[in-house]
Amino acid sequence: MSQVFKPATPLLSRRGLITSTAALAAASALPCPVWAKGGSIREARKGFGTYSGEDINLSIGNAHFATGGRSGHAVAVDGMIPGPLIRLREGQDLRLHVTNNLDEYSSIHWHGLLLPFQFDGVPGVSFPGIKPGETFTYEFPIRQAGTYWWHSHSGLQEQMGHYGPIVIEAKDGSDSAYDRDYVVLLSEFTPMHPHEIMRKLKVGEHYFNRSMMTASEGDLSGEQRRMWGKMRMNPRDIADVTASTYTYLINGHGPADNLEYLFQPGEKVRLRIINGSAMTFFNMRIPGVPMTVIQADGQDVADVMVDELQIGVAETYDVVVTPPAGSHAIVAESMDRSGMGVASLTSHPGRRASPPPLREVPTLTMADMGMGMDMGSMDHSGMDHGSLNHSMRDKRLVPPDVKGGPGVDMISPMPVDRMDYPGLGLDNVPHRVLRYTDLKSKKMNPHRMPEREMEIHLTGNMERYMWSFDGKKFTSVSEDPIRFGYDERVRVKLVNDTMMAHPIHLHGHFFELVNGGEHNMHQPRKHTVIVQPGSSATFDLTADEPGDWAFHCHLLYHMHAGMMQVVTVRPFPGDA
Amino acid sequence: MMRIAAAAILLSGAAPLAAQDHQSHGARQSNGAAQPSTTDEKSTPDQGSMDHRSMDHRQNAEQKPAETHGVMKHGQMNHDAAPAPSAPPPARAFDGPRHAADAIWGERAMAGSRTQLARENGGMTTGVLMVERLEARIVSGEGAMLWDIQGWYGGDLNRVFIKSEGEGELGVSVEDAEIQLLYSRAIGPFFDLQTGAKLDLEPETRSHLVLGVQGLAPYMWHVDAALFLSDRGDLTARGEGEYDQKITQQLILQPRAELELAAQDIPERDLGAGLTKLETGLRLRYEITREFAPYIGVGYETSLGETADIARAQGRGTDGLAFLAGIRAWF
Repeated sequence: MSQVFKPATPLLSRRGLITSTAALAAASALPCPVWAKGGSIREARKGFGTYSGEDINLSIGNAHFATGGRSGHAVAVDGMIPGPLIRLREGQDLRLHVTNNLDEYSSIHWHGLLLPFQFDGVPGVSFPGIKPGETFTYEFPIRQAGTYWWHSHSGLQEQMGHYGPIVIEAKDGSDSAYDRDYVVLLSEFTPMHPHEIMRKLKVGEHYFNRSMMTASEGDLSGEQRRMWGKMRMNPRDIADVTASTYTYLINGHGPADNLEYLFQPGEKVRLRIINGSAMTFFNMRIPGVPMTVIQADGQDVADVMVDELQIGVAETYDVVVTPPAGSHAIVAESMDRSGMGVASLTSHPGRRASPPPLREVPTLTMADMGMGMDMGSMDHSGMDHGSLNHSMRDKRLVPPDVKGGPGVDMISPMPVDRMDYPGLGLDNVPHRVLRYTDLKSKKMNPHRMPEREMEIHLTGNMERYMWSFDGKKFTSVSEDPIRFGYDERVRVKLVNDTMMAHPIHLHGHFFELVNGGEHNMHQPRKHTVIVQPGSSATFDLTADEPGDWAFHCHLLYHMHAGMMQVVTVRPFPGDA
Repeated sequence: MMRIAAAAILLSGAAPLAAQDHQSHGARQSNGAAQPSTTDEKSTPDQGSMDHRSMDHRQNAEQKPAETHGVMKHGQMNHDAAPAPSAPPPARAFDGPRHAADAIWGERAMAGSRTQLARENGGMTTGVLMVERLEARIVSGEGAMLWDIQGWYGGDLNRVFIKSEGEGELGVSVEDAEIQLLYSRAIGPFFDLQTGAKLDLEPETRSHLVLGVQGLAPYMWHVDAALFLSDRGDLTARGEGEYDQKITQQLILQPRAELELAAQDIPERDLGAGLTKLETGLRLRYEITREFAPYIGVGYETSLGETADIARAQGRGTDGLAFLAGIRAWF
C-alpha cells in the first residue's frame, strides 16, 4: 500500500454516523476507508468509512494526493479520495450537512438521485452554492435503490478528487443475494491543475494526445489520411485528456497501489462499477471471468452476461461475477488505450493479478464522421471526396434553431442510431461486449406514447475546443432553457455532430433509452446516455420532476467549455 | 428555511402520485390538473413579477409553432407507427418564475451563482504566449538571428493578439523588427479575422493598419495572411503557411513558406511592385514536451520580380540558403 494521504482539515465529529475511527486506525494508519481498499461493503456496514443514517456530515477541504510517481494538490471530502461511501436505505429520510473548508465556493450534486430540485446541488441552477466556511444542509427522502455517486458541481473540483459513491439498499431486500458487495469507483488523478488542463486544451495542438497518426504509425492509407486532413479532423481524436497526465484510479488506487478485492471460490461477488472520472471512458473486463450485468445507472435490468463493457463517464453498471480460485485482474482500460486502472480480484490475499497489456489504439471511421457507414464498407466505398467536402457542414441538415458559426466544425451528414454499437474499439473484439440494445428494464415501464418529439444537436469545434448544444454555448442560452410541461412525455433525439462520444446526463430524472422494438415497455431507465460520434441516440422522458435541472455533457471540460443547458419542468410547485 | 424545505419535500412526494394518475389514464391533460395543490406563499416572494414573465413567455409560445415548423421532418422517428409531432413546449412549461431556484432561495442569493455558472460553462477566457521560432541562422557564413512570437488572450470568439517578428545579425544589430497589436474575431470554425496596427521599429519607424486572416486551412495548413497599409499610403501583404508532419509522436517535420507582396514601388525599402520575397524553410523539431521543442533546419530566401532586379542593380545577392537551429516554445 503506497496510498498517501494528508487531510488538510481534521475530521469533524459526526452525528448519526456509525464510523468507528478506532477500527479504522487499526485497519490502517491512513484514513483510507476499508471499502476503498477493497473491503466488502458488508464489513463496512460495521463502520469502516461508510457513512449511514439520517444525518450525515461531510467536509470539503484541500488535500495532497500521491499515487505511483505522481503527486499533487487535491480536493478531498473528509480527507478521502474518493470521498466516503454514503450507504442508505430506500425509504429513509436524509439530511446531509456539507461544510466547505475551501477558499472558493463548492457544492455536492447527488448524481442519479430523485430529489427536490433545490437540493440537486448545482450552483446557479438549483441553489446558490456553498460559500467558503459555510455548512449547507441538503434534505430529502430516499425514493429509490441502487448504485449512484456524488460529486462537486463547482468549477473543476470534481477532477481534483471531490467525488464519492452512493449505495442505496432496496427496501424489499432484493439486492442482498450476493456473498460480497464491492464498489469499483473509476476515476483519474492528475498532478496538473484542472484550469491548466483546460488552458492546454484551448491552446490546442492535441496537447495530451500521444497516439496521433504519424508517418510511421496508424493503418490508414494515404488517401484516407488526405481525406481526414482535408476536413481538418484527426482520426485519433479519441480522448482529450490521456494517461500522459492521468493515472487511472480504482477506488482512489492507481495501478502501483495494488488494490485487492477478496473472495472465496464459489462466492457470488457483486461489483458496483461507477465511472466517476472527469474525462475517461473505460473498457471494463476481468479476463477469464464473465460478468453478468444486473443494473445500469442504478436501475435493475434483465441479466446479460458479457466479457467486457465500455462505461461512459458518469454511468454505473452493477455486475455479478463468480470467479474461479486465483487472482484475476480487474482492468479499466481507457478508451484511447493510453493507460489503465488495475485491481486484483483474488482468492489469495497478497497475490497480485497480472493485467493484460494495453491493446492497439483504435482509429475513428466513417461512421464516427456521421457518414452512417462502418469501417468495413469504408475501404470499398469509393468516396466522392468533392461531395464530402460540401456535406460535412451542411446547415440544411439541422433544424433552423441550431446555430452554425465558429463553434461548429461539422454536421453529421447521415447520423444513424448506434444503440447496438459497443463503443469505440470494442466492435471487433473476439468476445461478448455489452451494447445498449442488450439492456432491458427488469420492471415494466408504464406505457405512454410521446406527446411530442424534439431534437438536440451535440456540437463542437475540436480545434477551438468549443462544445455546445445546438451550436450555442451555455452562456448564450442561460435565459432560454429547454422546457418541458410537468408530466409531459417527450421523445428526445440527441444527434451528435462531433467525432467524440458524449455522455449526456439529465439531472433529477430517469429517461428510457429507445433501444429497439415497437411499443417496448422494457426500455432501460438511465440518467446518462452515451451518444456515439456522428450518431444519434433517442430517449423517452416523462418530465415528472418539477423545477430547473442541469443537462450537460459529463465530460468535465466539455461542460466547462459550454456543453450545458438547463432543463426546466413546469409548473413549478410554488407557482400553482 | 426548514419550513420551506419541508414543504418542498412534501411537494416532491406529491409529484409522483400525480404522475401515476396521468400515466394510468394515458391522457394528455391540460395545465393545472397535474399540479400539486399545496402552495407555500413564502416560497414565492416575487409573485407579481412572475405573472408578468409568464405572460411574456406564453406569447412566445404562441409564436413558436410557425418558427419551428421546419424542424418536423428531422424530428420524426420510425420506431412508432404514428410519430408524435415536433411541437414547441406546451404553455404550462412557461409557468412560474424565470428561474425556479429564485422562488426558493431568493433572486439575490442566486444572482451571483448564476453569473459564476455562466463563467464556468463556456464563459472562460484564457491565453498563451507562443514562441514559434527563436533561432540562430548561418547565412553564407554570417551569423544571424530571428524571432517570431505571438500571444493571445480572450474567449472563444474574441481575442487580442500580439505578434512580433524580427531578424538581424547575431549579436550585432537588429535589421528588421515589427510588432502588431490585433483584435481577432472568429469568423468560421477554422478562421479568425484580425485587424489592428503594426509598428515597424527597424529598418525605420513606420506604422501600418492591418487586416488579416489566421487559421487552419484544409489539409491542416496553419496560415496567416494580412494586408498592411502604411502611414505613407503604401500597401503591402504577407502570407505564410506551415504544416506539421509528425514523424513520431515527438519528432515533427515542419515545411513553411512565406510570401510577400507590394502594391507599389517602395524605394526607401528597395521594394518593387508585385511579389517581393519568398521564404521557405524546413524545420525538424523534437518536442521534449509540447511546450518546449528545439529544432534544426534549413531555409531558402529569395527576392522576386522587380525587387530582385533592384537588388541586382545594387550589386546585392537576391537569394541565400540558411542553416538554422532554434527553439519553439509556449507558455
